[in-house]
Amino acid sequence: MNQTAQPTESATYWSMVLKPKRSLFEINLRELWQYRDLIALFVRRDFVAKYKQTILGPIWFIIQPLLTTLMFVVVFGNIAGIPTDGIPQMLFYMTGIVGWNYFSTCLNDTSQTFIKNASIFGKVYFPRLAMPLSIVISNLVSFAIQFVFLIGFLIYFMIQGAAVAPTAEVFLIPFLVLLIAGLGLGFGIIISSLTTKYRDLVHLVTFGVTLWMYATPVIYPLSEIPAKYKMYVLANPMTPIVESFKTVMLGVGEVNYGYLLYSLGFMVVLLFAGILIFNKVEKTFMDTV
Amino acid sequence: MSQEVIRFEDVSKQYRLGSVGTGTLSHDLNRLFAKITGKDDPTKKVGVVNTLHNRDGEYVWALQHISFGLNDGEVLGVVGKNGAGKSTLLKLLSRVTAPTTGQIKVKGRIASLLEVGTGFHPELTGKENIFLNGAILGMTKKEIKSKFDEIVEFSGVGKYVDTPVKRYSSGMYVRLAFAVAAHLEPEILIVDEVLAVGDAEFQKKAIGKMQSVSKSGRTVLFVSHNLTAVEQLCTRGILLQNGMLAMEGPINDITTAYKKASVNENELKRSGTRHAELKKYELLNQFGVVADEFYLGDSLKVRAFFEAREAIDYTDFSLDIRNDANEFIGHITNADSLFEIKSLEKGEQRSIEVTVRNLSMAPGTYYISLWLGNKYGTFDYIENCIRFNIKQGDSYILRPFPFDKRAKVVLQSDWKSL
Repeated sequence: MNQTAQPTESATYWSMVLKPKRSLFEINLRELWQYRDLIALFVRRDFVAKYKQTILGPIWFIIQPLLTTLMFVVVFGNIAGIPTDGIPQMLFYMTGIVGWNYFSTCLNDTSQTFIKNASIFGKVYFPRLAMPLSIVISNLVSFAIQFVFLIGFLIYFMIQGAAVAPTAEVFLIPFLVLLIAGLGLGFGIIISSLTTKYRDLVHLVTFGVTLWMYATPVIYPLSEIPAKYKMYVLANPMTPIVESFKTVMLGVGEVNYGYLLYSLGFMVVLLFAGILIFNKVEKTFMDTV
Repeated sequence: MSQEVIRFEDVSKQYRLGSVGTGTLSHDLNRLFAKITGKDDPTKKVGVVNTLHNRDGEYVWALQHISFGLNDGEVLGVVGKNGAGKSTLLKLLSRVTAPTTGQIKVKGRIASLLEVGTGFHPELTGKENIFLNGAILGMTKKEIKSKFDEIVEFSGVGKYVDTPVKRYSSGMYVRLAFAVAAHLEPEILIVDEVLAVGDAEFQKKAIGKMQSVSKSGRTVLFVSHNLTAVEQLCTRGILLQNGMLAMEGPINDITTAYKKASVNENELKRSGTRHAELKKYELLNQFGVVADEFYLGDSLKVRAFFEAREAIDYTDFSLDIRNDANEFIGHITNADSLFEIKSLEKGEQRSIEVTVRNLSMAPGTYYISLWLGNKYGTFDYIENCIRFNIKQGDSYILRPFPFDKRAKVVLQSDWKSL
């Protein structure tokens, strides 16, 4: 108990000091970087484990958006008759679905970070953020596969003579993907932090994300929204992203950089807040789960 | 020169009883509403008395004001009853949860053998799991690669390394998991034997690993209920009681204090058909006086009184002797001495006296269980009902240096020069 009797001790002597509360802004990115191998291995695990012992394997990545697209064509395109800005329905829906899917899988999967990994988090320490990050990356892999498939589709339709073509702004796509990942991660980790206390959110998320899709121009073009509702649809940070994604891929409409800037701002604030909350929760969540 | 590698500074850890909040939003809203309207909390547990350490009914201090330091190369035994705070202490140290107040300073990497197999995925192959598990435990890919062959060899899974681990036998699975953990090279190793129950081979391996780690000058924290193991392996110890640091010091002082504190807790386990029933038993020394301390080389006598509640043909009588780690040390039966206990009528009482000559168990605490029965079954069995100590004395052990505590028996020998 004589801590005071050691004035010679240098500040760097201890490699680690475990304290009750981390200051709000102390985000240990360097530590996260040290665990990059772990993140890579988690990605690999997710990918391998998902499709081992399935007959179709990675083809499932493609089947899922394809079937969803076909269903949308039947329900929204033919029965409900929602216009698609003159774009072939298949292409229109599939572009929206591929973009939206990346967001929804990121959000759904990361939102269960704490609950699903309670047993492993309860035994060993590693930066908890490694888990949601690896989820976002492994979903990026599935997105990439679907994206390549989408390009194939696009080329097929172009050969068939449909009036669609990627615009010169395709360079925006990596940026759009980053926005989607950031938003999905941000919402996901905030929800996962809150679910350690309120399990209700788990139920809310699963159907909430589905409902959210209908508030985003996935199955309808933004141009079809009546002017008086446009404000609300645009308040949704996913709207400009999905809309821009369709625009640059299919060449119909125009990218609105103002709207995109809004999404970017939203993402930065959300991600920042998310990491703060996540950091606060990760230290003691084992006591409550 | 030894360096301090762990220092606990006034560390406390508080848990809330139940969960924080109630787990669902509606319950929390209910509580809030009740609070506002001044009613009783509808979700409060009724009649909760926390016998461990009751604060205001809601909170429990799992640890309170723990301060101690640990140098490199030391092996610290953490001793205490269930619920004394041992696991919490390890959890804090392995960063699974954070202390409520105080701080813990650590120098170097910590690994713990309670993490064996953490993150193993059944669909992945042995090789993939080695990498994943290694990374979870804090190794880089490069480190794992450099030790990969060693790990595979140590685990003995050999050619199955490319097979998904779900096809492994449970033994292979544990061996592989342990091999990964064993090849971490932490400066500080945590071994929680309490959590590694069941597999005797695994425990042996874990203890072996511990010894080699401490020999190489690194620090070990060892939690176990096996006091003999603790005494053998540890140099220092801390005793936790109700979340507080009751004692800190040389390991023998710690285990002695712990034993003293836990004597009254042993409840007798008894089983059998009771066709014959033990009525009374006593332990006597060689002079026929009731005693519970003996010196090496002494004789002891057990007197047992029993009554037949049914007519029985014959019965055997035996004594099991166990040490304080519950290891079976000796078995004594009337049959070995060709002594027979025949034809008891209903209600008949008998008494017998057994003399055990030349006690040659290593100094320590021992327990005798009594068994009454025959080849058709057990009539009455009382576990560890007699407790006694063996002391070194001055007839068997004459060496001027301390007796090696790993030895379980003291064998007599004659010496001459040729």
